[in-house]
Amino acid sequence: MARTAVPGRLSAGLTWRVCRLVEGRAETPTARTLVLDVPGWPGHLPGQHVDVRLTAEDGYTAQRSYSIANAVDGDRVELTVQRIPDGEVSEYLVDVYSVGDPIEIRGPVGGWFVWRPTDTDPVLLLAGGSGIVPLMAMVRSRRAAGNRAPFRLIYSVRTPDDVYYAEELRQRQRDDRGLDVSYVYTRAVPPGWSAPPRRIDTPTLNTAGWPPDFMPNCYVCGPTGFVETVSNILVGLGHDPRRVRTERFGPSG
Amino acid sequence: MTTADPRRDRARFGRRRRWYSPEVPIVSPGFKGRRRRTDVSLPPGQYLTEDFPVLSAGPTPRIALDEWEFVITTETGERHRWTWSELMALPTETPTVDLHCVTKWSKLATTWEGVALDTLFRDVRSDAGYALVHSYGGYTTNLPLADLLDGQAWIAYGYDGGPLTPEHGGPARLLVPHLYLWKSAKWVRGIDLLTENRPGFWESAGYHDYGDPWREQRYQGD
Repeated sequence: MARTAVPGRLSAGLTWRVCRLVEGRAETPTARTLVLDVPGWPGHLPGQHVDVRLTAEDGYTAQRSYSIANAVDGDRVELTVQRIPDGEVSEYLVDVYSVGDPIEIRGPVGGWFVWRPTDTDPVLLLAGGSGIVPLMAMVRSRRAAGNRAPFRLIYSVRTPDDVYYAEELRQRQRDDRGLDVSYVYTRAVPPGWSAPPRRIDTPTLNTAGWPPDFMPNCYVCGPTGFVETVSNILVGLGHDPRRVRTERFGPSG
Repeated sequence: MTTADPRRDRARFGRRRRWYSPEVPIVSPGFKGRRRRTDVSLPPGQYLTEDFPVLSAGPTPRIALDEWEFVITTETGERHRWTWSELMALPTETPTVDLHCVTKWSKLATTWEGVALDTLFRDVRSDAGYALVHSYGGYTTNLPLADLLDGQAWIAYGYDGGPLTPEHGGPARLLVPHLYLWKSAKWVRGIDLLTENRPGFWESAGYHDYGDPWREQRYQGD
């Protein structure tokens, strides 16, 4: 059984750390990447998440979990937050939270939905919407570690405007050798796209994925419907269920 | 960690711990939050949802009912086995319980249909103190045997008036609502009774061994 990244980290329990916003980047009109400075950050594996705690002046607190988006980079931790209508935490983090302001985080958490930068097996990443975040951490960590494991990413979005990290993905597809990126558009396609909008299906996974014989490790992340559909197709195509790891994004306001 | 009766703790501190963290608060300027319904008490760090989110580590297994079985194995190797039709023939309960997921959501007053584990343990003789729960698909989770008894746990096959769907653990799942929901193993297949504690899937990956939401036992060391 996989354990979390850093030896000894859990011996004292997971402590809350005060961190501050260094930079905010708009990914889409409703999603924002937060670059946080977390003094003493112990490091993480791509795929892990953190718990975020906000406290109001009267002491009211709210907690949510968010996947880490970046590769290990000293005390820097990046999260990408999707604004959920009526979401008390996500609305604050996307619209209000300002450079220099404190929030509390603890982590990293999770030892299952992770990719280890020493792994050399082929990898198939399947992202639905904001489910791209932990998978992007894997793509970034692969490059940062100089790992040559063959990676394929299939990214399902509603429209071209909903793509997170769009420019970076374009560059990585060109520069990160052994990384293939393909897109599925469910509501509107980009200009010049040859097919109408559609949902991810068996032909998509047959052509843009890896064959089961290749025994890739598959990471599926997105809303429940996406994860159910994709993981059922993968198992139906003959992928070993033990090599299919899933993470579902429920509503997380 | 002290082991005071959690229910007494809850009665005494439940309301206060819902909103306020014990340390000096780090205030995030401009964060106001939405005060939720004040007539309910949630465990610390939880928020209310009306949805029923799904959490699982891998693909949803599909189990044919004519191949389904549930087995309790004691520490001496004695097996108590039920087929689907045998389970259906047992007395049914319809508990209405609150659910608390370690990913922070809580869902209140959910209604289930199933068989109390007290019923399944009626003829089981064991000196074991621990249980390791197994699922179709390979998932495991551990808990003290005492937490499965005395009306605290069920093998549930119905939810909200209908059959339990596969993504929520159907055909049958364990339901132990007083612990975080990862203990309520989906697609349950059997329970091994053990004389020593053996951590399950998430418990081996940094999550708390016991998982009491009212004491916010999310991770090891909490």
